[in-house]
Amino acid sequence: MYPSRFRYEAPRSIGEALSLLGEGGDEAKVLAGGQSLVPLMKLRFASPELIVDINNIPGLDYHREDADGSIRIGALCRHADLERSALLKSKQPVMAAAAPLIADPIVRNRGTLVGSLCHADPQGDWASVVTALGGHVVARGPGGTRAIPMADFVTGPFQNALAPDELAVETVIPAPNGTPSGGYLKLERRVGDFATVGVAVALQTSGGTVTSAGIALTGVGGSTISADEAAAALVGNALAAETIAQAADLAAAAARPRTDHRGSAEYKRHMVRTFVLRILSRSDGEATHAANGGAERAA
Amino acid sequence: MTIVYEDRGDDATSEVPVNRIKFTINGQKMIAEVEPRLLLSHLIRRGLGLTGTHMGCDTTNCGACTVLVDGRPVKSCTMLAVQADGHSIETVEGLSGQSELHPLQEGFKQEHGLQCGFCTPGMMMTAKALLAENPSPTEEEVRWALSGNLCRCTGYQNIVKSVLWAADKLRSQG
Repeated sequence: MYPSRFRYEAPRSIGEALSLLGEGGDEAKVLAGGQSLVPLMKLRFASPELIVDINNIPGLDYHREDADGSIRIGALCRHADLERSALLKSKQPVMAAAAPLIADPIVRNRGTLVGSLCHADPQGDWASVVTALGGHVVARGPGGTRAIPMADFVTGPFQNALAPDELAVETVIPAPNGTPSGGYLKLERRVGDFATVGVAVALQTSGGTVTSAGIALTGVGGSTISADEAAAALVGNALAAETIAQAADLAAAAARPRTDHRGSAEYKRHMVRTFVLRILSRSDGEATHAANGGAERAA
Repeated sequence: MTIVYEDRGDDATSEVPVNRIKFTINGQKMIAEVEPRLLLSHLIRRGLGLTGTHMGCDTTNCGACTVLVDGRPVKSCTMLAVQADGHSIETVEGLSGQSELHPLQEGFKQEHGLQCGFCTPGMMMTAKALLAENPSPTEEEVRWALSGNLCRCTGYQNIVKSVLWAADKLRSQG
Protein backbone atom coordinates (compact mmCIF):
# COMPACT_ATOMS: atom_id res chain seq x y z
CA MET A 1 0.00 0.00 0.00
CA TYR A 2 1.26 3.45 -0.88
CA PRO A 3 0.32 6.81 0.53
CA SER A 4 -0.94 9.29 -2.05
CA ARG A 5 1.66 11.68 -3.41
CA PHE A 6 2.94 14.44 -1.14
CA ARG A 7 5.75 16.93 -0.86
CA TYR A 8 8.27 16.13 1.85
CA GLU A 9 10.22 18.61 3.91
CA ALA A 10 12.55 17.88 6.81
CA PRO A 11 13.26 21.21 8.51
CA ARG A 12 16.20 21.55 10.89
CA SER A 13 14.68 24.06 13.27
CA ILE A 14 11.35 24.77 14.90
CA GLY A 15 11.19 28.14 13.13
CA GLU A 16 11.64 26.50 9.75
CA ALA A 17 8.97 23.91 10.62
CA LEU A 18 6.53 26.64 11.62
CA SER A 19 6.95 28.54 8.36
CA LEU A 20 6.41 25.32 6.39
CA LEU A 21 3.28 24.62 8.41
CA GLY A 22 2.07 28.16 7.76
CA GLU A 23 2.67 27.65 4.07
CA GLY A 24 0.89 24.27 3.97
CA GLY A 25 -2.09 25.31 6.06
CA ASP A 26 -4.74 22.63 6.40
CA GLU A 27 -2.96 20.42 3.89
CA ALA A 28 0.22 20.11 5.94
CA LYS A 29 0.82 17.37 8.47
CA VAL A 30 3.61 16.96 11.00
CA LEU A 31 5.47 13.64 10.95
CA ALA A 32 7.18 12.59 14.18
CA GLY A 33 7.23 8.84 14.92
CA GLY A 34 4.78 8.14 12.12
CA GLN A 35 3.42 4.99 13.73
CA SER A 36 -0.16 6.22 13.41
CA LEU A 37 0.18 8.72 10.57
CA VAL A 38 1.99 6.48 8.07
CA PRO A 39 -0.56 3.63 8.41
CA LEU A 40 -3.38 6.17 7.99
CA MET A 41 -1.72 7.56 4.87
CA LYS A 42 -1.22 4.08 3.45
CA LEU A 43 -4.91 3.38 3.94
CA ARG A 44 -5.62 6.80 2.37
CA PHE A 45 -7.57 7.85 5.44
CA ALA A 46 -5.15 10.77 5.45
CA SER A 47 -3.76 12.34 2.26
CA PRO A 48 -1.79 15.42 3.28
CA GLU A 49 -0.15 17.40 0.48
CA LEU A 50 2.81 18.40 2.60
CA ILE A 51 4.63 16.31 5.18
CA VAL A 52 6.76 18.25 7.64
CA ASP A 53 9.11 15.67 9.13
CA ILE A 54 10.40 17.05 12.44
CA ASN A 55 12.84 14.20 13.09
CA ASN A 56 15.83 16.27 12.02
CA ILE A 57 15.14 19.09 14.46
CA PRO A 58 17.76 18.81 17.20
CA GLY A 59 16.93 19.05 20.88
CA LEU A 60 13.40 17.66 20.92
CA ASP A 61 14.14 14.10 22.07
CA TYR A 62 14.41 14.87 25.76
CA HIS A 63 12.45 14.00 28.82
CA ARG A 64 13.62 15.64 31.99
CA GLU A 65 12.64 16.92 35.37
CA ASP A 66 12.69 20.65 35.96
CA ALA A 67 13.95 22.22 39.18
CA ASP A 68 10.34 22.65 40.36
CA GLY A 69 9.64 18.93 39.92
CA SER A 70 7.60 19.11 36.73
CA ILE A 71 8.45 16.62 34.00
CA ARG A 72 8.83 17.74 30.38
CA ILE A 73 8.63 15.35 27.44
CA GLY A 74 9.89 16.66 24.09
CA ALA A 75 8.15 16.06 20.78
CA LEU A 76 10.74 13.49 19.67
CA CYS A 77 10.95 11.51 22.91
CA ARG A 78 10.04 7.94 21.90
CA HIS A 79 7.87 5.56 23.90
CA ALA A 80 10.95 3.31 24.23
CA ASP A 81 12.91 6.15 25.87
CA LEU A 82 10.13 6.50 28.44
CA GLU A 83 9.98 2.74 28.95
CA ARG A 84 13.71 2.67 29.79
CA SER A 85 13.62 5.88 31.82
CA ALA A 86 15.15 5.77 35.29
CA LEU A 87 13.64 9.20 35.92
CA LEU A 88 10.08 7.99 35.41
CA LYS A 89 10.67 4.84 37.46
CA SER A 90 11.72 6.93 40.43
CA LYS A 91 9.54 10.02 39.97
CA GLN A 92 6.47 9.29 37.91
CA PRO A 93 4.98 5.83 38.52
CA VAL A 94 1.89 6.30 36.33
CA MET A 95 3.93 7.07 33.24
CA ALA A 96 6.42 4.34 34.08
CA ALA A 97 3.54 1.88 34.26
CA ALA A 98 2.02 2.98 30.95
CA ALA A 99 5.15 3.20 28.80
CA PRO A 100 5.70 -0.57 28.38
CA LEU A 101 2.03 -1.03 27.44
CA ILE A 102 2.00 1.33 24.46
CA ALA A 103 1.60 -0.59 21.17
CA ASP A 104 4.43 -3.16 20.82
CA PRO A 105 8.19 -2.97 21.42
CA ILE A 106 9.08 -2.19 17.79
CA VAL A 107 6.48 0.54 17.43
CA ARG A 108 7.71 2.02 20.72
CA ASN A 109 11.11 2.58 19.12
CA ARG A 110 9.61 5.14 16.72
CA GLY A 111 6.36 6.42 18.20
CA THR A 112 6.32 9.49 20.42
CA LEU A 113 4.19 10.53 23.38
CA VAL A 114 3.52 14.01 22.03
CA GLY A 115 2.61 12.59 18.62
CA SER A 116 0.26 10.14 20.25
CA LEU A 117 -1.53 12.99 22.05
CA CYS A 118 -1.77 15.00 18.81
CA HIS A 119 -3.16 11.99 16.95
CA ALA A 120 -6.04 12.10 19.47
CA ASP A 121 -7.18 8.55 18.96
CA PRO A 122 -10.04 7.91 21.42
CA GLN A 123 -8.28 4.63 22.21
CA GLY A 124 -4.90 6.25 22.90
CA ASP A 125 -3.26 5.29 26.17
CA TRP A 126 -1.14 8.39 26.77
CA ALA A 127 -4.13 10.72 26.58
CA SER A 128 -5.60 9.03 29.67
CA VAL A 129 -2.31 9.08 31.51
CA VAL A 130 -1.65 12.76 30.80
CA THR A 131 -5.28 13.63 31.61
CA ALA A 132 -5.10 11.83 34.98
CA LEU A 133 -1.84 13.63 35.74
CA GLY A 134 -3.29 17.03 34.85
CA GLY A 135 -0.68 17.65 32.17
CA HIS A 136 -0.66 20.06 29.28
CA VAL A 137 0.72 20.36 25.75
CA VAL A 138 2.99 23.24 24.81
CA ALA A 139 2.31 24.58 21.31
CA ARG A 140 4.59 26.89 19.35
CA GLY A 141 3.13 29.06 16.62
CA PRO A 142 3.92 32.22 14.73
CA GLY A 143 2.35 34.20 17.58
CA GLY A 144 4.45 32.57 20.29
CA THR A 145 4.00 29.77 22.78
CA ARG A 146 0.87 28.64 24.57
CA ALA A 147 0.06 25.86 27.02
CA ILE A 148 -3.05 23.81 26.27
CA PRO A 149 -4.41 21.75 29.20
CA MET A 150 -4.92 18.13 28.18
CA ALA A 151 -8.61 18.45 29.01
CA ASP A 152 -8.93 21.05 26.22
CA PHE A 153 -6.38 19.61 23.83
CA VAL A 154 -8.48 16.87 22.29
CA THR A 155 -11.48 18.40 20.57
CA GLY A 156 -12.91 15.23 19.07
CA PRO A 157 -11.91 11.86 17.67
CA PHE A 158 -8.58 12.40 15.83
CA GLN A 159 -8.90 16.16 16.30
CA ASN A 160 -6.79 18.39 18.47
CA ALA A 161 -6.79 22.04 19.45
CA LEU A 162 -3.66 22.98 17.47
CA ALA A 163 -3.98 25.60 14.75
CA PRO A 164 -2.63 24.44 11.36
CA ASP A 165 0.48 26.60 11.82
CA GLU A 166 1.21 25.43 15.36
CA LEU A 167 3.62 22.69 16.41
CA ALA A 168 3.27 20.71 19.64
CA VAL A 169 6.79 20.92 21.03
CA GLU A 170 6.43 19.24 24.40
CA THR A 171 4.14 17.85 27.06
CA VAL A 172 4.45 18.94 30.68
CA ILE A 173 3.41 16.98 33.74
CA PRO A 174 3.06 19.37 36.68
CA ALA A 175 5.11 18.88 39.83
CA PRO A 176 3.37 16.72 42.43
CA ASN A 177 2.23 18.31 45.67
CA GLY A 178 2.76 15.09 47.59
CA THR A 179 4.18 11.63 47.01
CA PRO A 180 3.12 10.47 43.55
CA SER A 181 1.65 7.01 43.14
CA GLY A 182 -0.92 5.24 41.01
CA GLY A 183 -0.64 3.26 37.83
CA TYR A 184 -1.98 2.36 34.43
CA LEU A 185 -3.65 -0.93 33.63
CA LYS A 186 -4.65 -2.02 30.16
CA LEU A 187 -6.76 -4.91 28.99
CA GLU A 188 -5.84 -5.92 25.48
CA ARG A 189 -6.47 -9.03 23.41
CA ARG A 190 -2.86 -9.20 22.33
CA VAL A 191 0.23 -7.03 22.39
CA GLY A 192 -0.18 -4.06 20.09
CA ASP A 193 -3.96 -4.12 19.99
CA PHE A 194 -5.98 -1.13 21.06
CA ALA A 195 -7.11 -1.13 24.67
CA THR A 196 -10.34 -2.95 25.37
CA VAL A 197 -10.20 -1.01 28.63
CA GLY A 198 -7.45 1.19 30.01
CA VAL A 199 -7.45 2.92 33.39
CA ALA A 200 -5.00 5.58 34.57
CA VAL A 201 -4.99 6.53 38.24
CA ALA A 202 -2.68 9.30 39.41
CA LEU A 203 -2.49 10.05 43.10
CA GLN A 204 -0.57 12.35 45.32
CA THR A 205 -0.51 11.58 48.98
CA SER A 206 0.83 13.21 52.09
CA GLY A 207 0.93 11.43 55.43
CA GLY A 208 -1.40 8.71 54.19
CA THR A 209 -4.02 11.18 52.94
CA VAL A 210 -4.73 11.74 49.28
CA THR A 211 -3.96 15.37 48.45
CA SER A 212 -4.94 15.22 44.80
CA ALA A 213 -6.14 12.58 42.36
CA GLY A 214 -6.90 12.06 38.70
CA ILE A 215 -8.60 9.08 37.06
CA ALA A 216 -8.99 8.72 33.30
CA LEU A 217 -10.37 5.93 31.14
CA THR A 218 -9.31 4.61 27.73
CA GLY A 219 -11.46 2.71 25.25
CA VAL A 220 -14.77 3.05 27.06
CA GLY A 221 -16.23 6.09 25.30
CA GLY A 222 -16.00 8.23 22.20
CA SER A 223 -13.00 9.96 23.71
CA THR A 224 -10.78 9.79 26.77
CA ILE A 225 -12.97 10.06 29.85
CA SER A 226 -11.85 12.03 32.87
CA ALA A 227 -13.61 10.41 35.83
CA ASP A 228 -13.63 13.54 37.96
CA GLU A 229 -16.19 12.41 40.52
CA ALA A 230 -14.27 9.21 41.15
CA ALA A 231 -11.07 11.20 41.66
CA ALA A 232 -12.81 13.71 43.94
CA ALA A 233 -14.02 10.87 46.17
CA LEU A 234 -10.39 10.11 47.02
CA VAL A 235 -9.15 13.59 47.84
CA GLY A 236 -8.87 14.34 51.56
CA ASN A 237 -9.24 10.69 52.49
CA ALA A 238 -6.96 7.80 53.37
CA LEU A 239 -7.04 4.87 50.97
CA ALA A 240 -9.39 2.76 53.07
CA ALA A 241 -11.22 -0.12 51.43
CA GLU A 242 -14.51 1.76 51.51
CA THR A 243 -13.06 4.87 49.83
CA ILE A 244 -11.38 2.74 47.17
CA ALA A 245 -14.63 0.90 46.42
CA GLN A 246 -16.52 4.17 46.14
CA ALA A 247 -14.01 5.59 43.67
CA ALA A 248 -14.11 2.36 41.65
CA ASP A 249 -17.91 2.47 41.46
CA LEU A 250 -17.89 6.13 40.39
CA ALA A 251 -15.26 5.43 37.71
CA ALA A 252 -17.33 2.54 36.37
CA ALA A 253 -20.37 4.83 36.31
CA ALA A 254 -18.40 7.43 34.32
CA ALA A 255 -17.53 4.89 31.60
CA ARG A 256 -19.58 4.95 28.41
CA PRO A 257 -18.58 1.63 26.89
CA ARG A 258 -20.12 0.07 23.81
CA THR A 259 -20.46 -3.59 23.05
CA ASP A 260 -18.14 -4.59 20.22
CA HIS A 261 -15.82 -7.38 19.16
CA ARG A 262 -13.57 -6.64 22.12
CA GLY A 263 -16.26 -7.26 24.70
CA SER A 264 -19.68 -6.33 25.98
CA ALA A 265 -20.39 -2.94 27.50
CA GLU A 266 -21.15 -4.62 30.81
CA TYR A 267 -17.83 -6.45 30.81
CA LYS A 268 -15.86 -3.30 30.00
CA ARG A 269 -17.59 -1.36 32.76
CA HIS A 270 -16.80 -4.17 35.17
CA MET A 271 -13.15 -4.07 34.11
CA VAL A 272 -12.96 -0.32 34.77
CA ARG A 273 -14.08 -0.97 38.32
CA THR A 274 -11.67 -3.87 38.73
CA PHE A 275 -8.70 -1.87 37.43
CA VAL A 276 -9.40 1.09 39.71
CA LEU A 277 -9.63 -1.31 42.67
CA ARG A 278 -6.40 -3.02 41.66
CA ILE A 279 -4.39 0.14 41.22
CA LEU A 280 -5.68 1.78 44.40
CA SER A 281 -5.28 -1.34 46.50
CA ARG A 282 -1.59 -1.31 45.66
CA SER A 283 -1.16 2.41 46.23
CA ASP A 284 -0.97 2.09 49.99
CA GLY A 285 -0.40 5.76 50.54
CA GLU A 286 3.14 5.66 49.19
CA ALA A 287 4.55 4.87 45.82
CA THR A 288 6.09 1.54 46.77
CA HIS A 289 4.27 -0.88 44.50
CA ALA A 290 2.77 1.52 42.08
CA ALA A 291 5.49 1.31 39.46
CA ASN A 292 4.58 -2.30 38.89
CA GLY A 293 1.01 -1.35 38.10
CA GLY A 294 1.19 -1.54 34.35
CA ALA A 295 3.43 -4.56 34.09
CA GLU A 296 0.44 -6.73 34.69
CA ARG A 297 -0.79 -7.04 31.16
CA ALA A 298 -4.24 -8.55 31.27
CA ALA A 299 -5.08 -10.90 28.42
CA MET B 1 18.07 2.86 -8.72
CA THR B 2 15.30 3.31 -11.23
CA ILE B 3 11.72 4.02 -10.37
CA VAL B 4 9.12 3.78 -13.13
CA TYR B 5 6.04 5.97 -12.82
CA GLU B 6 2.70 5.65 -14.48
CA ASP B 7 2.26 8.49 -16.99
CA ARG B 8 -1.16 9.85 -16.23
CA GLY B 9 -0.65 12.70 -18.66
CA ASP B 10 -1.45 15.26 -15.99
CA ASP B 11 0.52 17.93 -14.22
CA ALA B 12 1.03 15.68 -11.24
CA THR B 13 3.11 13.29 -13.32
CA SER B 14 5.53 15.94 -14.46
CA GLU B 15 5.85 17.14 -10.89
CA VAL B 16 6.65 13.87 -9.18
CA PRO B 17 8.73 14.97 -6.22
CA VAL B 18 12.01 13.13 -5.88
CA ASN B 19 14.41 13.37 -2.97
CA ARG B 20 18.02 12.28 -2.99
CA ILE B 21 19.06 10.39 0.12
CA LYS B 22 22.30 8.95 1.45
CA PHE B 23 22.25 6.03 3.80
CA THR B 24 24.16 2.92 4.80
CA ILE B 25 22.77 -0.56 4.24
CA ASN B 26 24.55 -3.48 5.88
CA GLY B 27 27.70 -1.41 6.10
CA GLN B 28 27.65 -0.22 2.51
CA LYS B 29 27.16 3.47 1.72
CA MET B 30 24.38 4.18 -0.78
CA ILE B 31 22.70 7.03 -2.61
CA ALA B 32 19.12 6.74 -3.83
CA GLU B 33 16.59 8.98 -5.47
CA VAL B 34 13.21 8.27 -4.02
CA GLU B 35 9.72 9.59 -4.22
CA PRO B 36 8.83 10.66 -0.66
CA ARG B 37 5.94 8.23 -0.46
CA LEU B 38 8.18 5.23 -1.09
CA LEU B 39 8.23 3.06 2.02
CA LEU B 40 11.52 1.91 3.49
CA SER B 41 10.44 -1.71 2.99
CA HIS B 42 10.03 -1.10 -0.74
CA LEU B 43 13.36 0.68 -1.04
CA ILE B 44 14.98 -2.35 0.57
CA ARG B 45 13.14 -5.01 -1.40
CA ARG B 46 12.75 -3.39 -4.81
CA GLY B 47 15.36 -0.68 -4.91
CA LEU B 48 18.15 -2.70 -3.31
CA GLY B 49 16.89 -6.16 -4.20
CA LEU B 50 17.24 -7.34 -0.61
CA THR B 51 14.18 -9.55 -0.45
CA GLY B 52 15.07 -11.09 2.91
CA THR B 53 13.00 -8.33 4.49
CA HIS B 54 9.45 -9.63 4.19
CA MET B 55 6.23 -7.69 3.87
CA GLY B 56 3.57 -9.47 5.89
CA CYS B 57 0.60 -7.39 6.96
CA ASP B 58 1.63 -3.98 5.58
CA THR B 59 -0.31 -2.48 8.52
CA THR B 60 2.31 -2.20 11.31
CA ASN B 61 1.06 -5.32 13.07
CA CYS B 62 3.17 -8.33 12.19
CA GLY B 63 6.80 -7.24 12.37
CA ALA B 64 7.97 -9.40 9.43
CA CYS B 65 9.48 -6.30 7.80
CA THR B 66 11.55 -5.39 10.88
CA VAL B 67 15.00 -3.96 10.13
CA LEU B 68 17.45 -2.13 12.36
CA VAL B 69 17.69 1.62 11.94
CA ASP B 70 20.76 2.86 13.83
CA GLY B 71 20.59 -0.39 15.79
CA ARG B 72 16.96 -0.13 16.81
CA PRO B 73 14.25 -2.44 15.41
CA VAL B 74 11.79 -0.58 13.19
CA LYS B 75 8.90 -1.83 11.07
CA SER B 76 10.13 -0.83 7.63
CA CYS B 77 6.60 -0.74 6.18
CA THR B 78 5.88 2.14 8.56
CA MET B 79 8.82 4.40 7.81
CA LEU B 80 9.31 6.45 4.68
CA ALA B 81 12.42 5.60 2.67
CA VAL B 82 13.28 9.30 2.56
CA GLN B 83 13.57 9.21 6.35
CA ALA B 84 16.53 6.83 6.04
CA ASP B 85 18.61 9.80 4.89
CA GLY B 86 21.72 9.93 7.04
CA HIS B 87 20.94 6.70 8.85
CA SER B 88 22.30 3.20 8.97
CA ILE B 89 20.02 0.28 8.05
CA GLU B 90 20.68 -3.35 8.81
CA THR B 91 18.71 -6.17 7.23
CA VAL B 92 18.81 -9.93 7.64
CA GLU B 93 21.28 -10.11 4.75
CA GLY B 94 23.78 -8.28 6.95
CA LEU B 95 23.77 -10.92 9.67
CA SER B 96 26.06 -13.57 8.25
CA GLY B 97 29.65 -13.29 7.13
CA GLN B 98 30.79 -14.65 3.80
CA SER B 99 30.85 -18.25 4.98
CA GLU B 100 29.64 -18.26 8.54
CA LEU B 101 26.12 -18.02 9.85
CA HIS B 102 25.41 -15.49 12.57
CA PRO B 103 24.78 -17.21 15.93
CA LEU B 104 21.12 -16.18 15.62
CA GLN B 105 20.81 -17.91 12.27
CA GLU B 106 22.60 -20.93 13.69
CA GLY B 107 20.27 -20.86 16.70
CA PHE B 108 17.15 -20.86 14.55
CA LYS B 109 18.59 -23.85 12.68
CA GLN B 110 19.62 -25.76 15.80
CA GLU B 111 16.39 -25.19 17.69
CA HIS B 112 14.02 -25.43 14.73
CA GLY B 113 12.94 -21.82 15.27
CA LEU B 114 11.04 -21.62 12.02
CA GLN B 115 8.48 -23.51 10.01
CA CYS B 116 7.33 -21.46 7.01
CA GLY B 117 10.09 -18.92 7.68
CA PHE B 118 8.13 -15.83 6.77
CA CYS B 119 8.46 -14.10 10.14
CA THR B 120 12.06 -15.27 10.67
CA PRO B 121 14.01 -12.28 9.30
CA GLY B 122 12.01 -9.89 11.48
CA MET B 123 12.40 -12.16 14.50
CA MET B 124 16.16 -12.30 14.03
CA MET B 125 16.58 -8.55 13.61
CA THR B 126 14.53 -7.84 16.74
CA ALA B 127 16.50 -10.50 18.59
CA LYS B 128 19.78 -9.00 17.43
CA ALA B 129 18.89 -5.65 18.99
CA LEU B 130 17.75 -7.38 22.18
CA LEU B 131 21.02 -9.30 22.55
CA ALA B 132 23.06 -6.17 21.87
CA GLU B 133 21.28 -4.44 24.75
CA ASN B 134 20.90 -7.45 27.02
CA PRO B 135 23.34 -10.32 26.32
CA SER B 136 21.79 -12.57 28.98
CA PRO B 137 18.04 -12.25 28.65
CA THR B 138 15.64 -14.45 30.56
CA GLU B 139 12.98 -16.38 28.66
CA GLU B 140 10.46 -13.78 29.82
CA GLU B 141 12.61 -10.94 28.47
CA VAL B 142 12.94 -12.67 25.10
CA ARG B 143 9.18 -13.12 24.89
CA TRP B 144 8.61 -9.48 25.84
CA ALA B 145 11.13 -8.23 23.25
CA LEU B 146 9.57 -10.37 20.49
CA SER B 147 6.00 -9.45 21.36
CA GLY B 148 5.75 -7.14 18.33
CA ASN B 149 6.72 -9.93 15.92
CA LEU B 150 3.97 -12.35 15.00
CA CYS B 151 4.52 -15.98 14.06
CA ARG B 152 1.57 -18.06 12.89
CA CYS B 153 3.39 -21.41 12.74
CA THR B 154 5.54 -22.19 15.71
CA GLY B 155 3.69 -21.13 18.82
CA TYR B 156 6.91 -19.22 19.62
CA GLN B 157 8.45 -21.96 21.80
CA ASN B 158 11.30 -22.75 19.47
CA ILE B 159 11.81 -19.14 18.47
CA VAL B 160 12.44 -18.28 22.11
CA LYS B 161 14.77 -21.28 22.45
CA SER B 162 16.63 -20.18 19.31
CA VAL B 163 17.25 -16.71 20.70
CA LEU B 164 18.42 -18.12 24.03
CA TRP B 165 20.71 -20.50 22.11
CA ALA B 166 22.17 -17.58 20.22
CA ALA B 167 22.63 -15.61 23.44
CA ASP B 168 24.64 -18.52 24.91
CA LYS B 169 26.76 -18.79 21.80
CA LEU B 170 27.42 -15.06 21.63
CA ARG B 171 28.42 -14.98 25.30
CA SER B 172 30.76 -17.94 24.86
CA GLN B 173 32.39 -16.13 21.95
CA GLY B 174 32.95 -13.19 24.30
